[in-house]
Amino acid sequence: MKPETRNSKLANARLDLASIRERLASSRGQEYWRCLEELSDSEEFHKLLTQEFPQQAAGLLDGVSRRDFLRLMGASLALAGLNACRPASVDEKIVPYVNQPEQIVPGRPLFFATAFPLSGVGTGVLVESHEGRPTKIEGNPNHPASLGATDAFAQASILTLYDPDRSQVVRNAGRISTWSAFLTAVNDDLEAERVVGGGGLRILTETITSPTLGNQLRQLLAKFPSAKWHQYEPVSRDNARAGGRLAFGTDVNTIYRFENAEVILSLDADFLFSGPANVRYARDFAGKRSVRQGKVGMNRLYVIEATPSVTGAMADHRMALRPSEIPNFAAAVAAKIGLAVQSTIDAQRFQWIDALVRDLQKHREASVVVAGDGQPPGVHALAHAMNQALDNVGKTVVYTNPIEANPLDQMASLRELVKDMESGAVRILLMLGGNPVYTAPVDLGFAEQLAKVPLRVHSGLYEDETSAYCHWHIPETHYLESWSDIRAYDGTATILQPLIAPLYSGRSSHEILAALLGRSGETSYDIVRNYWKGQKIAGDFETGWRRAVHDGIIAGTTFQPKSVNLKAPSSNWFAGSPSVSETRNPKPETQNPQAEPGRSLEISFQPDPTLFDGRFANNGWLQELPKPLTKLTWDNAALVSPKTAQRLGLSYRIGARGGEHGRVFTDLVELRYEGRSLRAPAWIVPGHAEDCITVHLGYGRTRAGKVGNGTGFNAYGIRTASAPSYGTGVEIRKIGTQYTLACTQFHHSMEGRDLVRAAALEEYRKNPDFAQGEHHHESAGSLYPGFKYEGYAWGMAIDVNACIGCNACVVACQAENNIAVVGKTEVTRGRELHWLRIDRYYKGSPENPETFHQPVPCMHCENAPCELVCPVGATSHSDEGLNDMTYNRCVGTRYCSNNCPYKVRRFNFFQYADFATPSLKPLRNPDVTVRSRGVMEKCTYCVQRINGAKIEAERENRPVRDGEIVTACQAACPTEAIFFGDINNRDSVVAKAKGDSLNYGLLTELNTKPRTTYLAKLKNPNPEIKSD
Amino acid sequence: MESEPLNKSAEIEAVHPVIEPGHTFASVTDKISAIVLTQKTPRFWYVGFGISFLLLMVLLYSIAAVLTIGVGLFGINIPVAWGFDIVNFVWWIGIGHAGTLISAILLLLRQKWRQSINRFAEAMTLFAVACAGLFPLLHLGRPWYAYWLFPYPSTMGIQPQFRSPLVWDVFAVSTYFTISLLFWYVGLIPDLATLRDQARQRFARFAYGILAMGWRGSAIHWHRYEMAYLLLAGLAAPLVVSVHTVVSFDFAVALVPGWHSTIFPPYFVAGAIYSGFAMVLTLAIPLRKMYGLEDFITLRHLKNMAEVMLATGLIVAYGYLMETFMAWYSGNIYEQYLMWNRMFGPYWYMYWALLLFNILVPQVLWFRAVRTNVVALFVIAICVNVGMWLERYVIVVVSLARDFMPSAWGRYSATAWDYGVFIGSIGLFFAALFLFVRFLPMISIFEMRELVHDTEEPK
Amino acid sequence: MTLAETQKSQPLAIYGLMAEFDGPEALLEAARGAFAEGYRRMDAYSPFPVDGLAEAIGFHKTWLPLLVLIGGIIGCAGGFYLQYWASVIDYPMNIGGRPLNSWPMFIPITFELTILVAGLTAVLGLLALNGLPMPYHPVFNVERFQFATRNRFFLCIESADPKFDHEATRRFLESCRPQGVYEVEP
Repeated sequence: MKPETRNSKLANARLDLASIRERLASSRGQEYWRCLEELSDSEEFHKLLTQEFPQQAAGLLDGVSRRDFLRLMGASLALAGLNACRPASVDEKIVPYVNQPEQIVPGRPLFFATAFPLSGVGTGVLVESHEGRPTKIEGNPNHPASLGATDAFAQASILTLYDPDRSQVVRNAGRISTWSAFLTAVNDDLEAERVVGGGGLRILTETITSPTLGNQLRQLLAKFPSAKWHQYEPVSRDNARAGGRLAFGTDVNTIYRFENAEVILSLDADFLFSGPANVRYARDFAGKRSVRQGKVGMNRLYVIEATPSVTGAMADHRMALRPSEIPNFAAAVAAKIGLAVQSTIDAQRFQWIDALVRDLQKHREASVVVAGDGQPPGVHALAHAMNQALDNVGKTVVYTNPIEANPLDQMASLRELVKDMESGAVRILLMLGGNPVYTAPVDLGFAEQLAKVPLRVHSGLYEDETSAYCHWHIPETHYLESWSDIRAYDGTATILQPLIAPLYSGRSSHEILAALLGRSGETSYDIVRNYWKGQKIAGDFETGWRRAVHDGIIAGTTFQPKSVNLKAPSSNWFAGSPSVSETRNPKPETQNPQAEPGRSLEISFQPDPTLFDGRFANNGWLQELPKPLTKLTWDNAALVSPKTAQRLGLSYRIGARGGEHGRVFTDLVELRYEGRSLRAPAWIVPGHAEDCITVHLGYGRTRAGKVGNGTGFNAYGIRTASAPSYGTGVEIRKIGTQYTLACTQFHHSMEGRDLVRAAALEEYRKNPDFAQGEHHHESAGSLYPGFKYEGYAWGMAIDVNACIGCNACVVACQAENNIAVVGKTEVTRGRELHWLRIDRYYKGSPENPETFHQPVPCMHCENAPCELVCPVGATSHSDEGLNDMTYNRCVGTRYCSNNCPYKVRRFNFFQYADFATPSLKPLRNPDVTVRSRGVMEKCTYCVQRINGAKIEAERENRPVRDGEIVTACQAACPTEAIFFGDINNRDSVVAKAKGDSLNYGLLTELNTKPRTTYLAKLKNPNPEIKSD
Repeated sequence: MESEPLNKSAEIEAVHPVIEPGHTFASVTDKISAIVLTQKTPRFWYVGFGISFLLLMVLLYSIAAVLTIGVGLFGINIPVAWGFDIVNFVWWIGIGHAGTLISAILLLLRQKWRQSINRFAEAMTLFAVACAGLFPLLHLGRPWYAYWLFPYPSTMGIQPQFRSPLVWDVFAVSTYFTISLLFWYVGLIPDLATLRDQARQRFARFAYGILAMGWRGSAIHWHRYEMAYLLLAGLAAPLVVSVHTVVSFDFAVALVPGWHSTIFPPYFVAGAIYSGFAMVLTLAIPLRKMYGLEDFITLRHLKNMAEVMLATGLIVAYGYLMETFMAWYSGNIYEQYLMWNRMFGPYWYMYWALLLFNILVPQVLWFRAVRTNVVALFVIAICVNVGMWLERYVIVVVSLARDFMPSAWGRYSATAWDYGVFIGSIGLFFAALFLFVRFLPMISIFEMRELVHDTEEPK
Repeated sequence: MTLAETQKSQPLAIYGLMAEFDGPEALLEAARGAFAEGYRRMDAYSPFPVDGLAEAIGFHKTWLPLLVLIGGIIGCAGGFYLQYWASVIDYPMNIGGRPLNSWPMFIPITFELTILVAGLTAVLGLLALNGLPMPYHPVFNVERFQFATRNRFFLCIESADPKFDHEATRRFLESCRPQGVYEVEP
């Protein structure tokens, strides 16, 4: 070979390298360089890979300098190595993971910002990724809806990603097909439609706040002018939207600023637990209740609700009213505040209404009235009016433009769609996500009408009830698998970036719409990116985009408050709401309480606290998660008040196996409503409104998957379009048989033991040490000298006052520590494995009790009783005070559990951990052992995180900083109720907390010296109201 | 307690001698060895052994299931992490106390009436302890690692955690088993020699000959023999007391209300003797009838055992009383709730049944008429066996079901597998016992000769 | 000559002479007499322990108790050290905040091991001192000796005894009114 040719070869080799470098340097920013669909799809890349080796290899033979060789290898392999995380199914060149891509250090996780979408609204999260496998969801501190915390749903969503039951292939009439087959199939029909302007094309989506998706839909409507875009969300915010329109005449998005609210009146609003901003609201709310470190002020919460809720459990004053009575109550309050609304009300029924109103008026500009999504528009309008009247607008309430891409009355929209389907006007129905066949109001007969549509397409995570009715089913990408964007409750937009290439041949809604637009080549990445190119992002786009993806929020997208002008309250605010009749002539339950059983009751439909609207039905973590107040798992039930249960003669029996901690047999009842009937187990809930039944949606799925099928009953079966949230005229009667429910804590009372110590604010001011209790013998003497803990001494403090019992910590713990799901039968035998449980106690009358939540992890006692009795030393103390479990040494005597006064130890009675299912393996946290049969396990204070931080600190040759170690439960907690750190460092947050006068230990009279302690609960009752 | 019969022994001996008159060295030897050597094996033996063998198969089946599928087959859960397994363990161990007690303590107390019952009582002890030993193994989550409870040069470089009462159990029970076995065997040696010399079939001669180790009754051997036997008795006596004390530590050392109590050791030991003697009676009464041994196991023996039962039963009753009193007197809300829960909680029937069987029924033993009525004694003995099992159930399960945190309260009920192992262990016990009475002298022959020699008038 | 030699050697060819009695008293008497006669190498056999019989033939004290005591001490010290070594020296661990050498909790096992070792010493010592197991012993060559474990009592004077003389010894034994006197084949 002639030298010059060789040189020329080398020359263009360098050229290639240069282009590679700039490519790497440019668009694919470091934050998301691993997500490579677009990179690998781009033909330059293909050329690069194909051309590079052969040519240079030729060059190599005739003595290329070693440096050149290495440079070439390095560059090509670096690029190739990147897409090693794509599964082999993809038709791209796979190159083994031979050398170290920058940033990845095996064993050290990376975090990527994205957002968790629920009902179309996003909560910012950071996703922990181990060598390309997302394993854990954390909150995104920069994101307004998260502030670093998450709820249980976000935590559990990682399991859905790896769910083996997810739909994996395009299906045509149930038979396996392909994406391209789908495109060719629908192409002709689309063409036909385009000719007629898309008159027969309908698109049904869930609520959409994604700007890009909204834009795509608008483009589609532009292409098909007479096509229609419908939206339906089973747990909708229609009432709130309508209420806004009633009050202001325009669509508004209401944002509450609880950090400014001294007095809060909730009209059936569970704002701490549900709704698009629950995590943020919980944080703000709790912030105003903490009285530690000098702060002595505390907000006051009044809750009027039918079904005991997480929010209601936090109330200083709570009143249980049937849903239909609440508008009436709202009107009464409004009237007393001075609004021109008439309300028929006998004041003595609502004892403390006057005190409430005085309290509100005393706190102008610092009070807030919140209406629940279940309440009719009128109540929302009234709430707006009251907030206006109390000068709260701008202070505790802020209005912005709606965050939805296209706000509309979803129920009406669905009605219209069904009508069109019935009339045969619909020729193509494209359902992007959602599961309307299962969730649509039963009286619309959605499924039957759907059958009339000639071409039905459905995309979803699962092959569910709806896809069974469709010609085409397209597997949807999980939000961790694809690019997208979404808005938060305050309009803040987030770019969703994928953490892993699609596990199955999934397609995002963006790609599907692009295909319909005839641009099937486009990837989600291009679509989203191009959309935002069009928007004005501060500074130059590249940096702005990279910052946005990195931070998890797009700067400057938060909606600005807009000024609104209130219309005069009018009586037609209540027109059409199902509660009208009720409102006009309220039926106080003081009248004929001994009425005949089966007399008409009221029914309230609520999203399930763990399965939401049913979309999480196949998520084992959520199925097994004890519901906040009922502590039920794997089932829903018809909730009734103790009195009503007594009147109806409903009974229960505690099972002999498991008992209070597991198995309860309750009467099966039949609910007759609007000519339809339903069988459900009855469950007695203290504090529930009388003559009212609450049923939770989301159960009774038939095509959810292995986990979700056949759990509970389907409440959608009697839910009508006219009364989606509540209605009257339910007949209930016992069937005579009983049903087994898995309940992890059936015992309500604290049995006079001071486990949760609580006091009213006044008491606390008088006696700040009340929490120390009567017996002060914390340091009950020991004949033995205690152990000295020099260096770190890890400890935890849990603020019972802040805990709202939302369960986020429980799921976070399960995700972090590879805790197995045991299934209903084992739960009924008292064998669930949760390391962290939330105890729920009631105090006071069963009609309207006080509720207490107490998260109970391992106490890591310094004098651990469990360690003493272990015959093989499988549980022992670290010199930092951790109560360690050595799984591989455990022989399973279970003596430690018997001797644990807190009963926080969990035992693998069988082989619970699933070692078989391949798709679950990448889910596991590689830093935590997966336990096998016959060994004990329990909370470790996330020892893997502790050691991770210690190693980090040692490498940097410094002590571990306070707040550097965050346990999984602590990280997830929306209300910052959990503190963790080094108690030897006296200025650590946890040490300060433990120094507080509210600090107390559990069962310290046993001289266990627990490292986990609690901060007592405080209530702030209105002095004018004497507690009943 | 055993001194009671001594006081009025004179007149009682007249009424019920420890061996009916008219027996010679030859007659006792022939009568007892004939059962093993010459007599045709009676039908009831085949029936009894058959049944117990079937139960033994049930045991093996259950064990196989538990080992392959998991300890979750049992009814245990959190909080009640111990169930039938430990209940049965303590029950069997308790039963296993009578044998060594009779052989050792009564020997030291020079009680002649021990001599005709000690042999099979010791055998019973061995089998009971064997059954007991089964359960701690089975209740483990990973039984195949049970050897980790013994000290041995481990590759993990780690030893048992010697502060755990479970390790104490391991040592106490295995020591007890070893010593009881030696005691029993040493006692057997001269009788094995007898069988060797009496046997006619070659194999029998050979087998017994091997076991007899060439015993020839030399005066010097006898001299050392008696010394060794005495020393063993002296060692076994405190051992017997220590074993159930250690077993009671399993509970007393823990802090569970209803377990954490200083009265446990004494009243566990009393309870053990109580149930032990009950089981001896349960076995002795049918045996003496079936094999016509009324001459050797006379009413005197039954009466004395009844008296021991009465005495120990009273100690147990005192234990219950003190538990209740201390629960109230301590002012400890957990203890108080526990007592209330035992009496009126979900398991109330267990507690009252236990009081009925253990305390109420045995009071009829105050009447001599009852103490000398064989049938009545048999029924009472059965009652006490049941009662003592219930006691362990109440202690283990009821205490665990409701301890400190109401949020963690639960319940326990046994599964078919629990019962399978329990019934099966009874099968194992009786199968072993039937083999024993068939192939070994169930009464110590040489001690009966001694008895004959001592009781007959000196020439 | 040769005949005479054979006759000379005859008495040495036996293990000893054995007398059979029908009761413990008779045996005891005979034994005492034999000892008074100056016989030392003899042994008495009875189906159950007869008080004073061993003393009668000049056997007074046994070392067994001392052995058992030593065994007990070894078991006690070893038992405690085992636990001390395991929890303090070999693998010290913080167990429930208790000190490494929490000796009160080591006592039960120490006690059990004391008993165990002492008991084993007692039994093994017994067998060892008695020379058991012994597969062969000349006394069993006597047909009647099978009753030694039933209801007969025997006194055997060994030919190895310096004072042993076939005729004189036989005469002496017969003077004790035995049921019979037999020669014991070696």
